[in-house]
Amino acid sequence: MKDVADNTMKAPGASDPNRRDFLLLATGAAGAVAVGGIAWPLISQMNPDASTVAAGAPVEVDLAPIGEGKAITLKWRGKPIFVRHRTAQEIADAKKDDTAALPDRQADAARVRAFDGKAQEQWIVVYGNCTHLGCVPIGFSGEYNGWYCPCHGSHYDNSGRIRKGPAPRNLDIPEFAFLSASKIRIG
Amino acid sequence: MGEHHSTYVPKTGIERWVDARLPIVRLMHDSAVSYPVPRNLNYFWTFGGILMMMLVSQIITGIVLVMHYTPHVDYAFQSVEHIMRDVNYGWLMRYAHANGASMFFVAVYIHIFRGMYYGSYKAPRELLWILGVVIFLLMMATAFMGYVLPWGQMSFWGATVITNLFSAIPVVGESIVTWLWGGYSVDNPTLNRFFSLHYLLPFMIFGVVILHVWALHHVGQNNPSGVEVKNYAKDTVPFTPFATVKDLFAMVCFLMVFAWFVFFHPNFLGHADNYIPADPLKTPAHIVPEWYFLPFYGILRAVPDKLGGVLAMFASIALLAFLPWLDTSKVKSGAYRPAFKIFFWVFVVVCLFLGYAGSQPTDKAVLTLGGRVVLDMVGFGQILTVYYFAHFLVILPLLGLFEKPLALPASIADSVLASTGHGHPVGAHASPEK
Repeated sequence: MKDVADNTMKAPGASDPNRRDFLLLATGAAGAVAVGGIAWPLISQMNPDASTVAAGAPVEVDLAPIGEGKAITLKWRGKPIFVRHRTAQEIADAKKDDTAALPDRQADAARVRAFDGKAQEQWIVVYGNCTHLGCVPIGFSGEYNGWYCPCHGSHYDNSGRIRKGPAPRNLDIPEFAFLSASKIRIG
Repeated sequence: MGEHHSTYVPKTGIERWVDARLPIVRLMHDSAVSYPVPRNLNYFWTFGGILMMMLVSQIITGIVLVMHYTPHVDYAFQSVEHIMRDVNYGWLMRYAHANGASMFFVAVYIHIFRGMYYGSYKAPRELLWILGVVIFLLMMATAFMGYVLPWGQMSFWGATVITNLFSAIPVVGESIVTWLWGGYSVDNPTLNRFFSLHYLLPFMIFGVVILHVWALHHVGQNNPSGVEVKNYAKDTVPFTPFATVKDLFAMVCFLMVFAWFVFFHPNFLGHADNYIPADPLKTPAHIVPEWYFLPFYGILRAVPDKLGGVLAMFASIALLAFLPWLDTSKVKSGAYRPAFKIFFWVFVVVCLFLGYAGSQPTDKAVLTLGGRVVLDMVGFGQILTVYYFAHFLVILPLLGLFEKPLALPASIADSVLASTGHGHPVGAHASPEK
């Protein structure tokens, strides 16, 4: 390589080839940085824009209208969120299953939130998208009386835990907190 | 085989003037008129031309549709209905485009299986084959994004399921999905970028098709005997009129099938659910992709693990690129490989059944014994998936080592004339007096 450079690049009276090598490397490095600098905005423009982020601000949800044994679906950040008001029997079932064969082991107690130091275990709040490929599972169905995803057959229990099927995780829980015993803020 | 000599002779002064500056007429003449074609090609070799026709048809109808379509979540569905009801011949353009996609895949699957049967991927045609796999991948991406544009229920949920495939990637999966969506879910930014890419990709396909045809014309066409051309005068005929007219005839036959769908059963290959506007809060009870993705969808669903299923699905396509090295047999054409022939047809049937498995609900029973379900659709899909991979990874490599092929003809001319032994073309012995 060096011989070639010596033979072909040396102009009459030119200085030593090390200077040429340096210039070549420096130009190449500057070019690589420039290409990266141009590529980054082109890639980044595809990430969520400011208006999309702003539209995804936290929302407050009034729980009072949701009767025991009922559930609602609300839309936040373009995704469904299930809010389910569990009966005492359902809570007991979920707790009993803490020791069952759970693909994504998590105690029911870890899936509820507290208000005033008291666990609000009658309220289950989860994203309504199957953790497999994002379909919306159907409520109060499946083998565990929780949710059943019709797309690829995942069964969730009433705590939103995956029990059977291809989904890898329990239904995701959005960030939320109780503002009062009957009001939550999501996000 | 190599390049043949140019036989173009410019006749007029203008032609000579152009030829000396940009030999484009010479290029056309050498590749579509005087180009030597093996004389024994059967009708399966007409699908390359048919695919070219379908690509052009899709681009033309697509450009027309864009003149009336609105890529916005609030208007996309309406604008498609507007095309169907208000735009002059809009119904024709849309049905031709939607069914054209299906016909495109019909042709490409026949084209691929033809290549598999006759060993068209073997040396020196490996790159030609790999370019074909690249075109196939681009076609799948294009078709998927196009299906999202009407913003019906299947559009939305198809987009959700397919983009979520990438969330299976460890660590960076979720970030990639958010980046693909441009939001927290499939929404307007997603629709806009899919529209942009759906317009771009066909032209990329066109570019790779040019490379595909270039590679084809460099190495020469394979043929049903799998024997390379040895003597141009005896083994080949000029592209025009022989291949040109044969291709045109096949195209007309193919167009009749295409027209039958467009004019009599335009929604037969689609899903009724896609005439319901997209609803992010409700998934259709039974979501399935378009028919041409079903075998791969069948593989995805067969694996009970999310990442595993995604990997298996992509691997099932990627394997095709390695086919030239997985098939160890020196003999190209399946016509001279008695065992391969059987396994080839078993493989075709397995692919069809995989498509069937992908189209059915997962909990549907396939085999019941005394009222008990012995095999459900998931289990059925698993058996088929294992066979699909075994075909490439076990059967083809071993077959080349153990199979005893039949004697190959000495030349293409011999293979054509073999049945009579004295110079008459095949078919001449079916004399009317017998």
